[in-house]
Amino acid sequence: MSSLTPDVAVPVAETPGLAVAKTRSWKAPIALGAFVVVSVLLFLVAGRSGDSTFRLSSATDFVKLPNAVLPTRGTDVVLTIVLAVIAVAAAYLVSQYRRVPIWLIAVFGVLFFVAFLTWAGADQSILVPGLLVGSLALSTPLIFGALGGVISERVGVVNVAIEGQLLGGAFVSAVVASVTGSLWAGLVSAMVAGALVSMILAVFSIRYLVDQVIVGVVLNVFVTGLTSFLYSEVLTSNEKLNQGLRFAQVDIPGLSSIPLIGPLFFQQNVVVYLMYVAVAVVFFGLFKTRWGLRLRAVGEHPQAADTVGIRVNATRFWNVSLAGAIAGLGGAFFTLGDLGEFQKSMTAGAGYIALAAVIFGRWDPIRATLAALLFGFASNLQNVLSAVGSPVPSEFMLMLPYVVTILAVAGLVGQSRGPAASGKPYVKS
Amino acid sequence: MKLELQGITKRFGALTANDHISLTVEPGEIHALLGENGAGKSTLMNVLYGLYQADEGDILLDDVVQRFAGPGDAMNAGIGMVHQHFMLVPVFTVAENVMLGHEETAFGGRLDLPGARAKVRAISQRFGFDVDPDAIVEELPVGVQQRVEIIKALSRDAKVLVFDEPTAVLTPQETDELMAIMRQLRDAGTAIVFITHKLREVREVADRITVIRLGTVVGEASPTASNAELASLMVGRSVELTVQKAPAEPGDVALVVDDLRVIDAIGQFVVDGVSFELRRGEILAIAGVQGNGQTELTEAILGLQPRVEGRIELDGKQIQGLSVRKVLDSGVGFVPEDRTEDGLVGEFTIAENLMLDRSQSGPFVKRGWLRLVELAEFATEKVREFDIRSQGIATPVGRLSGGNQQKVVLARELSRDLRLFVAAQPTRGIDVGSIEFVHKRIVETRDSGVPVIVVSTELDEVTALADRIAVMYRGTIVGIVPADTPRDVLGLMMAGEVPSTEDAA
Repeated sequence: MSSLTPDVAVPVAETPGLAVAKTRSWKAPIALGAFVVVSVLLFLVAGRSGDSTFRLSSATDFVKLPNAVLPTRGTDVVLTIVLAVIAVAAAYLVSQYRRVPIWLIAVFGVLFFVAFLTWAGADQSILVPGLLVGSLALSTPLIFGALGGVISERVGVVNVAIEGQLLGGAFVSAVVASVTGSLWAGLVSAMVAGALVSMILAVFSIRYLVDQVIVGVVLNVFVTGLTSFLYSEVLTSNEKLNQGLRFAQVDIPGLSSIPLIGPLFFQQNVVVYLMYVAVAVVFFGLFKTRWGLRLRAVGEHPQAADTVGIRVNATRFWNVSLAGAIAGLGGAFFTLGDLGEFQKSMTAGAGYIALAAVIFGRWDPIRATLAALLFGFASNLQNVLSAVGSPVPSEFMLMLPYVVTILAVAGLVGQSRGPAASGKPYVKS
Repeated sequence: MKLELQGITKRFGALTANDHISLTVEPGEIHALLGENGAGKSTLMNVLYGLYQADEGDILLDDVVQRFAGPGDAMNAGIGMVHQHFMLVPVFTVAENVMLGHEETAFGGRLDLPGARAKVRAISQRFGFDVDPDAIVEELPVGVQQRVEIIKALSRDAKVLVFDEPTAVLTPQETDELMAIMRQLRDAGTAIVFITHKLREVREVADRITVIRLGTVVGEASPTASNAELASLMVGRSVELTVQKAPAEPGDVALVVDDLRVIDAIGQFVVDGVSFELRRGEILAIAGVQGNGQTELTEAILGLQPRVEGRIELDGKQIQGLSVRKVLDSGVGFVPEDRTEDGLVGEFTIAENLMLDRSQSGPFVKRGWLRLVELAEFATEKVREFDIRSQGIATPVGRLSGGNQQKVVLARELSRDLRLFVAAQPTRGIDVGSIEFVHKRIVETRDSGVPVIVVSTELDEVTALADRIAVMYRGTIVGIVPADTPRDVLGLMMAGEVPSTEDAA
């Protein structure tokens, strides 16, 4: 036996399946241990002194929370000890052939981030609402993209073209809103643009059976090239086409005055509220309605769906188009919801991160949303830390969101099972 | 409802899969459609089910001509199908599978799952099935999955039910239960089409028999006809149904398998503590329903399984843990169970496939260069010796029939000096003529003093070839019994029951 295979002990009888080999994987404790080593080096050996201030409310908030002032070194020592205890506990669980619960890993992650922020923010003050609001803003397009990815993969078409759908949506929405003067027209046109990119993907992969990953990558390059060309040739000389219109912030009465949560979730613009609705609707639709049942059947076992009278390729075509429309909304957030005007390649790889969120979220809309929030937080942490002037080189911090993505997808997902027929064209034999 | 097929013709390019086939099935009748693999039975049923469009001919239900653009139309007209490969979504529950395609919805588009559950329960109760509507399909035994297929068809008020090779995956006991269900359905007035190539089942359950060969109806037969009569109708000539072989003359112990365990990707013991010995010049047949660890056992012997514990010794030499290359070099010949997936490269020629496992060195390779002249001579001789019907040795094997493909695999494996021969499902999906040939070669291999393992899910094949029979159930060997053990005892063993008077064979 190679040393890579997990240890095997006595079989346990399990009814009604086969006997199961008792296995244990040391992956989690080793990963946690590595982080404890990092903590010791960073927080204790290279520890910093002073006080770290966490501001819990911004100046304009309705209800003001007091600032939390923590002694940097003391807090980090305590947190490092707690992290070490969790790592040891994980090692103990694995040695007893038990799994490390996911919540324990989540607690570890949160505590590590708090320790890191305390360390980086010595003698500085960190605006916590700003950190979180910024995370949500960066997550919103990722969430729309991930929802599009979930729908598309669940129906059986691998959607690598999320990046192209986001960018297409961003470009078209900025131009249409500028020309018509209507933000809502811009929003609708973003959905149309995303759907059009999707339809190219759908036609090539369903009708012409081209490899779906290749079509997706080619589409991303194509949309990037096309929008960049039009931007420099047309938009820069006609500023009326790219006026930078934005949706205004709408406060939800009542909810928006809850401390911390209110400013974060309920002082946003329409695109973000649409995102909340989209997550709920996709989740409900996918698992509770006829549409979702058929969609999942087509992605799992297209032949079975065909034999009960479901038109497999039509179902795939329209749902991939729908997925593109949802991702297009995410594109509109870059322009109408955030920055206003369109800029060259402004999505900057968000589509690929959204794809990672689909896989990390195991093709489930809620989990994919949480994954997108995590990636958005990692991106924003980098922004905030470079703003307070952290001791970590900014080039290193730029890697953070991608490092988190790789660790999450490679380290924590493990063997997860996607829709069985995803990526496989359906041809009647 | 009365089903009538009139002059159905279906062509695929130059091939005529169905040539003016006519057939009538009355309500309350089980009509068996008997024919070899590739005779055109499944094509005909796919036409009936709307998956294919017929080039000529009509489908009539109660004397009304039907036009089916897809399976949905056929179902609405009252035709239900129990597919050979179950058309069930493995990750869905029973209720979800049954409702798929004709879902009832409640307020807000929400699926009416309680209604679907009630429907499953009602049908289960009517036919005495024990099916939990909330069970996940992939966790159910195949016999139960088949009942889900039947429930699915009945939930749409099917008046004509087509069973496409329904017994391929069942134990003999499950087969008997299925027969009882079919009779019960018939007595309730359903018209049943029963597609099969198994003579025994046809004679047991059918009211009428139509025999198909090479796409045409070659005759009708009554259930009282003998096996030999049915077989010769099916094949077109008289066939040898039994294998001629002399009693085995076992020599020394050649293969020892001791407490072998194979662990699959999700940590289950798919082979769990298997031990046996095999002597030179004897055939050990491994019987059992598909998926009870036979595949993994043979792959473990060849070194194809990644996580194996235990001991496998060939002629006193440990071969467990060796690379596949070294196992082959120590003289193991292997016929894999899926020849198109694991046995052959479809795009390669017959000659290239014949040297696949000798590409390192040997007679056909010299200092990295292929010796094409020697290969062509060898291939030409093997094509003749194994009666491989083709356009020549440069024909891609993908274009050959199943029987001829299997002969290529056999020719390759049997032309080395073997110390052990392992054949998994050697006759699956091939015609009766090729089956005779394959059986003959396996017995000849035994007679030349090679120990042979044959894995088969067909009890007829097991009893015809075996000198001893090992029955596998859920990864373990239930017992090793003599070849003349009665079928019903073997059937019980295949369901996991240890025989009371176990022979220490």
